[in-house]
Amino acid sequence: MHKNMNINVHHVTRVEGHGNIVVNVNSGKIEKLQWQVPEAPRFFEAMVRGRSYQDIQTIVSRICGICSITHSLASTKAVESALGLEVSEQDDKLRILMHYSEQLQSHTLHVGYLAAPDFFGEPSVVPLVPKATDAVKTIVKAHRIANEWSDLLAGRTTHPVTLIPGGLTKIPTEQQLRQLQQTLKDAVPDLKAIAEVVLSVAGNIPQFERDTEYVSLKQTDPPTYTFYHGGITSNDNKGAALPIEKWHDVANEYVCEQSTAKWTKWHRDSYAVGALARFNNNAELLSTMGKAAADMFGLKKGCCNPYMNTVAQLVECFHIVEVSINLIDELLTKGLKQEKVTSSPKAGRGSGCVEAPRGILFHDYEFDKNGLCTAADICIPTNQNHASIQKDFEKLVPEIINESEDSVRLKLEMLVRSYDPCISCSTHMLDVKFVK
Amino acid sequence: MSKPRIAIFDFACCEGCQLQIVNLEEELLDLIDAVDVVEWREAMSEQSHEYDIAIIEGSITRPEDEKRIEVIRSRAKILIALGACATIGGVNKLKNNFDLADVKKCVYGKSADMPHLDTALTKALDEVVKVDYKIHGCPIDRKEFTYIVRSLLMGKTPDIPLYPVCVECKAKGNPCLWDEGQVCLGPIIRAGCGARCPSFGFRCFGCRGYVDNPNVNAAKDIIEKYGLTTDVLKSKMLLFGSMQEPTNA
Ligand code: SF4
Ligand code: SF4
Ligand code: SF4
Repeated sequence: MHKNMNINVHHVTRVEGHGNIVVNVNSGKIEKLQWQVPEAPRFFEAMVRGRSYQDIQTIVSRICGICSITHSLASTKAVESALGLEVSEQDDKLRILMHYSEQLQSHTLHVGYLAAPDFFGEPSVVPLVPKATDAVKTIVKAHRIANEWSDLLAGRTTHPVTLIPGGLTKIPTEQQLRQLQQTLKDAVPDLKAIAEVVLSVAGNIPQFERDTEYVSLKQTDPPTYTFYHGGITSNDNKGAALPIEKWHDVANEYVCEQSTAKWTKWHRDSYAVGALARFNNNAELLSTMGKAAADMFGLKKGCCNPYMNTVAQLVECFHIVEVSINLIDELLTKGLKQEKVTSSPKAGRGSGCVEAPRGILFHDYEFDKNGLCTAADICIPTNQNHASIQKDFEKLVPEIINESEDSVRLKLEMLVRSYDPCISCSTHMLDVKFVK
Repeated sequence: MSKPRIAIFDFACCEGCQLQIVNLEEELLDLIDAVDVVEWREAMSEQSHEYDIAIIEGSITRPEDEKRIEVIRSRAKILIALGACATIGGVNKLKNNFDLADVKKCVYGKSADMPHLDTALTKALDEVVKVDYKIHGCPIDRKEFTYIVRSLLMGKTPDIPLYPVCVECKAKGNPCLWDEGQVCLGPIIRAGCGARCPSFGFRCFGCRGYVDNPNVNAAKDIIEKYGLTTDVLKSKMLLFGSMQEPTNA
């Protein structure tokens, strides 16, 4: 029986951004148990004021290097909604294809480089190189393919330079798309190899469950496992979806007494977003390969083990590759043509919402008649997960309190990592001073 | 000779430049062989105070970060600024155009006065400590990164272009975006990216910082030629050049 325990993980490693875990147990009693976020706030919502609607994407893309395409798409959609701009069917599809590339980029990075070492009991991916050379090389290759895919559609892997309000500045050639399609087809065996490796160590994924509200996008017309269009749903919302303009009613951001960041709540006092949330709300809409991958891991709709988020990401990798191959077919059948895009300033307000790899993301802007931004509001997925991480901690720690301090620490770190938090996105995090 | 020890640190930024290092993929595995990476929080759990080369990403935005960077500087033989946040302050400097109290209030409302929300003016690294080399861009260019690091490992001084983006853009035969009504900063921004953005039909927004002695008057002439006002040009220069000399000119 552990009478005392003092865990103070200052800056959890292998996550993007900074977060701390504090556990104080005194005579078997938990005195302090906190997930803290000390990232330097960067004040994007204040900084975009006065800037032209044309420059918003360039600025807010820099909220996060890992989900820059997602931030770019959400902000561009918001600007288009404010200015009443329509995007052609072709450019819409190309954007979705661009968005998939980032999901694959981010998921392979997280599954392969950031989370996998935990399953192998290693401090980083580096010692895995000699141990599991082929596996590491396959992950590196999948990650490279995803990056080249982003390069092609977004102009670069990080911080896109092809997105403008109303469409795209440059589109790939049919030849390039055909090549990409072939690359994706060839990548399927690699994905299977990665899944086999993860499956071989899946026994190291902790067994833990907490009944959770899961929030994600949901698209009914046509029914799609969506990352880009649709409304907002949750398992508590009885399958109904709210229009994205109502996102404030979902996020309900609040500052909690013991909180280090703004938290969010919808039907309960916390909710979770991310791959597992999307899976739980949309699993029946996965592609054939996505479903097969879920079966392989025994991942079923309604799963409330947060550690399984990493597996859900892997499932999504299969889905993304398969639906992208089909999407390229659709694009090629119609033929590509560069469309002329124009826009002019107009007063208005608009919301944009897409799924980041790590969960649903909201952007909101207001412009004056000259097209200059007068107000902005951004709510990132990682912020929406903080309350859920804290609630998981509160249920998990009493369950494992008799384990060694190292084991408790590792399980908590793994839990944080499985949410794939991207704390550098801290558009409005609170900052803490630590009590050591 | 033992392998040089490299440590990577981040301050206020989006971590997109570190990501470009990860994005070196197979080449990164080679590079890791030639050096000893002793600390890299985003990718590893190990930490160390012993390093020869410190690679720093991000801007300095809080007093406690000034102290942290000074300590890193005192330990490192060579300090490299990685990406626009570190080399010129990047988009983080947009904040400096506003009153700081107002910035906090805008984002945090009633909670703005809480002491842990302290923020100071954004600084590039060389406004706080001596910087030995700068790797420009937002994000950095992967090829340029390996070129600079490999040069340093061989004891050579890397060559960074002194001419503007237009030179690379014209060499590629791109049509000039000014003719399409875009306000492109190519004439005053440092090349080295292969005119990445104009090549994709997107104006240069200045992520590599100004060339030394930028010819702002020439840019103003262009503005006149296309019948625009200098305000438009300045508003574009603010994105990555807030509170820097040519922007204020
Ligand atoms: S320079 Fe750009 S890409 Fe690099 S860390 Fe800063 S914002 Fe991110
Ligand atoms: S598009 Fe920009 S970089 Fe290219 S020539 Fe014109 S001004 Fe220069
Ligand atoms: S063209 Fe300009 S904005 Fe684009 S990468 Fe080069 S320097 Fe940066």
